[in-house]
Amino acid sequence: MSTRHVLLGLLATGPSHGYDLKRRHDARFPQARPLAYGQVYTTLQRLVRDGLAEVEGTDADGGPERTRYRATDEGARELADWLGRIAPPAPFVTNEIFAKVVVAILTATAGAPADPAAYLRDQRAAHKARMRELTAVKANPDADLATVLSADYALHHLDADLRWMTTTAGRLPALTQEIQHP
Amino acid sequence: MSTQQGAPLIAARDLTKTYGRTGAALRGACVELAAGEILAVTGASGSGKSTLLHCLAGIVTPDEGAVVYGQRRLDQLSEADRTLLRRTDFGVVFQFGQLIPELTALDNAALPLLLAGTSRGQARERADAWLERFGVRGQAELRPGEMSGGQAQRVALARALVTEPKAVFADEPTGALDSLAGEQVMTALVHTAREAGTAVLLVTHDAQTAAYADREVELRDGTVLEVAEAPDLAETAQPTEAPQVTEAGHEG
Ligand SMILES: Nc1ncnc2c1ncn2[C@@H]1O[C@H](COP(=O)(O)OP(=O)(O)OP(=O)(O)O)[C@@H](O)[C@H]1O
Ligand SMILES: [Mg+2]
Repeated sequence: MSTRHVLLGLLATGPSHGYDLKRRHDARFPQARPLAYGQVYTTLQRLVRDGLAEVEGTDADGGPERTRYRATDEGARELADWLGRIAPPAPFVTNEIFAKVVVAILTATAGAPADPAAYLRDQRAAHKARMRELTAVKANPDADLATVLSADYALHHLDADLRWMTTTAGRLPALTQEIQHP
Repeated sequence: MSTQQGAPLIAARDLTKTYGRTGAALRGACVELAAGEILAVTGASGSGKSTLLHCLAGIVTPDEGAVVYGQRRLDQLSEADRTLLRRTDFGVVFQFGQLIPELTALDNAALPLLLAGTSRGQARERADAWLERFGVRGQAELRPGEMSGGQAQRVALARALVTEPKAVFADEPTGALDSLAGEQVMTALVHTAREAGTAVLLVTHDAQTAAYADREVELRDGTVLEVAEAPDLAETAQPTEAPQVTEAGHEG
């Protein structure tokens, strides 16, 4: 994910300190991994270096001095450009599940102790359990919109994985046959 | 109330069912539904999900096996007794709500109470409260043809729950809806069922719909496979943390 653009987006809603940005990021993306402060800091440095953000001033309010950043006009253009640019629809399949299944089929046919069918069964069960958890989070009447959106996103992706696993489990005999007798 | 702690509300044991020349729809299916439990039944098309639901709801009698409800053998009751029991203790919802086209939403929802002998005034009052809980009170005076699919399904759910049954049997209740309408229907069903302590048997081929349930079983060729508990999920992800979604392409 482009942390750079996400931070630029948060800056576009008003000047902010690094720590503030981290907090706002974590609140907006509750299901994502929290941003490390170090990452926020280096990202801000790069945005400034590239002319997309600039230092607006510093505040102390009794505590340690904090640098306040704001987006530049060029930053606003870059943000608009990023928001409108489509993401390449998965040009490379680099998923770990996919890799495991392929390697398991290859090695199982070579006699190694790998069981792709059992792996798929367990992985599907794990996906379903996770989907139930996310659905409970989402169906809670107190869930805020950010939580619902991120749960939806994860649910749709897990569902896609699950469909692929179901189809693949059905294809295992044919796949194994093909590898054994090419 | 008749079920003791731990005993299932409904238990099906070794059910078989064969329809004419189409082959066996159920081959030794076993499943238990606990009081207040929401259980999803998934599986490929033709795996026997609807047949299993029909057997558990007493709509169809199995060729062999037992369906035990409380102290009673549902599969051995007469047609008339099963119909009576279904009216008081069970609610059903199908993919296409099967509301009566000539009746308004309110009268549709009130119908099971009228059949059970409740007075018209009282039936309409209670039906109105259920329409409210499903967020379709505004549609009370509309006929099914004047409602969206999602609204009609919520009216059908109100009708299924109006008698405060012990169990609701829902066969693909979101099958004809888009994902947002499906979500509204499922949220309404799950919340009201939990509030009322009603058990739900939810047949679906959609994993996102199944995820509203407490538990899931999968049918394959007429037999029930328990979906394994997820292996040490706690180690792979924290409950509030979604799997990291990686960017599709490579950096730079
Ligand atoms: N009334 C019937 N008459 C004849 N055959 C039937 C009848 N109902 C079901 N079957 C057969 O029984 C098998 C199981 O059907 P069932 O409807 O239970 O499957 P299902 O899992 O609900 O499928 P779907 O997901 O497509 O609804 C199928 O082979 C079907 O052809
Ligand atoms: Mg069916």
